[in-house]
Amino acid sequence: MPAAKIVIDNVSKSFQQGTMSALASCSLEVHPNEFLCLIGPSGCGKTTLLRIIDGLVAADAGRVLIAGAKVSAPRHDVAMVFQHFGLFPWKTVYDNIAYGLRVHGRPEGDVRVSVPQYIELVGLRGFEHSYPYQLSGGMQQRVGLARALAVDPTVLLMDEPFGSLDAQTRELMQEELLRLWRIQRKTLVFVTHSIDEAILLGDRVALMSRRPGSVKEIIVVEFPRPRDPEAVRSSPRYHELRHYIWDRLRAEVGGG
Amino acid sequence: MKGSVAIERSPAHARGAPVPPAVIRAASVLVGLIAWEVYGRVLNLSIFTYPSKIGAAFVAVVKSGELQFYLGSSIVVLSLGLLLAILVGIPLGVLIARRATVEYAIDPYINALYATPTVALIPVIVLWLGFQTKAKVFLVFLFCVFPILINTYQGVKNTDRRLVEVARSFCSREWSLWRDLILPSSVPFILAGIRLAIGRGLVGMVVAEFYTSISGLGYMIVQYANTFRTDRLFVPIVVLMVMGVGLTSLLRNLENRIAPWLKTTLGE
Repeated sequence: MPAAKIVIDNVSKSFQQGTMSALASCSLEVHPNEFLCLIGPSGCGKTTLLRIIDGLVAADAGRVLIAGAKVSAPRHDVAMVFQHFGLFPWKTVYDNIAYGLRVHGRPEGDVRVSVPQYIELVGLRGFEHSYPYQLSGGMQQRVGLARALAVDPTVLLMDEPFGSLDAQTRELMQEELLRLWRIQRKTLVFVTHSIDEAILLGDRVALMSRRPGSVKEIIVVEFPRPRDPEAVRSSPRYHELRHYIWDRLRAEVGGG
Repeated sequence: MKGSVAIERSPAHARGAPVPPAVIRAASVLVGLIAWEVYGRVLNLSIFTYPSKIGAAFVAVVKSGELQFYLGSSIVVLSLGLLLAILVGIPLGVLIARRATVEYAIDPYINALYATPTVALIPVIVLWLGFQTKAKVFLVFLFCVFPILINTYQGVKNTDRRLVEVARSFCSREWSLWRDLILPSSVPFILAGIRLAIGRGLVGMVVAEFYTSISGLGYMIVQYANTFRTDRLFVPIVVLMVMGVGLTSLLRNLENRIAPWLKTTLGE
């Protein structure tokens, strides 16, 4: 599968008959196979931008290109992982992971081959027939991740996927994501409000301004991969970056 | 569901209530029955009755085949009315939930009919449809259709918008959105609607049989009340009670089995 580049070109979006401006001339390029973290003050339009990239919401002005094609509706080669997991409560783990493949109209033979691989990949073997309500939050998000990966997208969008997990689970899931992304290279846009998460995971961190949001600055995170979370967190450079990003964010949050 | 009841009650258990709820319930019913029996025997009035007399009357009415006959005709009326209500209520509920124009066009009728005590319509219905099964089925239908229709509407409207977005993100078409999302998430609401409809349907059935007075459990009640056979009068009442409790808990069971992820009971 060829890697896809995402170009966000002067995207604006407002809500409530134009009275609430969420994004104003937001531009950003995401390189092929890059892990890009999007961070910004709450309500800055991070999620809106992600939904525009996914084709769920249309921009008022500007455009988004994925692999050179303008996004106007959800695409088969773009998959999203949601903060609320977005699992179907009446489907088993297996059927939730198979959902994307089936809705894309893949033959059931492919589904039978694919789904067990992704169950294995996210470490959910033995839980195929469990229902989401029987799983912990971390396991539910593994299902969400497997469902998105199963359609083998070139672009993976993640909207604060670990935001509702407890601190320990969150760290485990971050390591898990680093491992998965090493195996399954995608162009990945990861929205987060955690500076630590952004530095630990991203190749670059795009910093958004407060509402109406636009990308204010891009910070390159040069830690080599594969990254060991412990080593990254204890390096002086990590603290420098953390401090720097926090300063820039504070200026936005504080209205400076 | 036994399981869910046990889970709900366990904190009380932990606080030191050693008697299981089922035992308390059974003991309470037993005490009530004994008190009734004793009071009835002491009072010894011809128009009063007590459990052992009712039991004997029950055996007599079953032996003569009377109960089976009237119960049969009541069940036919209830089933046909309920079936009709399901066949009309579910599609109409779905339609008004999905099409705003239909909703605005139909909701004045629904509101008006739902707010009108259905009993008030009985004379008109009898005038138009007669005293036979047709009129009774229609009455039961009127009693049943609104909870089904309204719950279906609520179920479709309550489809999690976030899940709709998930489906759209995976490029779901309209028909697969229905199959994967809207219908499965409405089913518990619809079942709860049917459960409420059964309760109302029983009322409708008895009232229709009172009024039309030709057959059914309602007719049995009226007949025995007119002849002061209080012990026999209670037989159809007990049967109705058992039907109400049985059918309602059957539906509740089905709801829990079909939608185990919903901890709370809908529609109440």
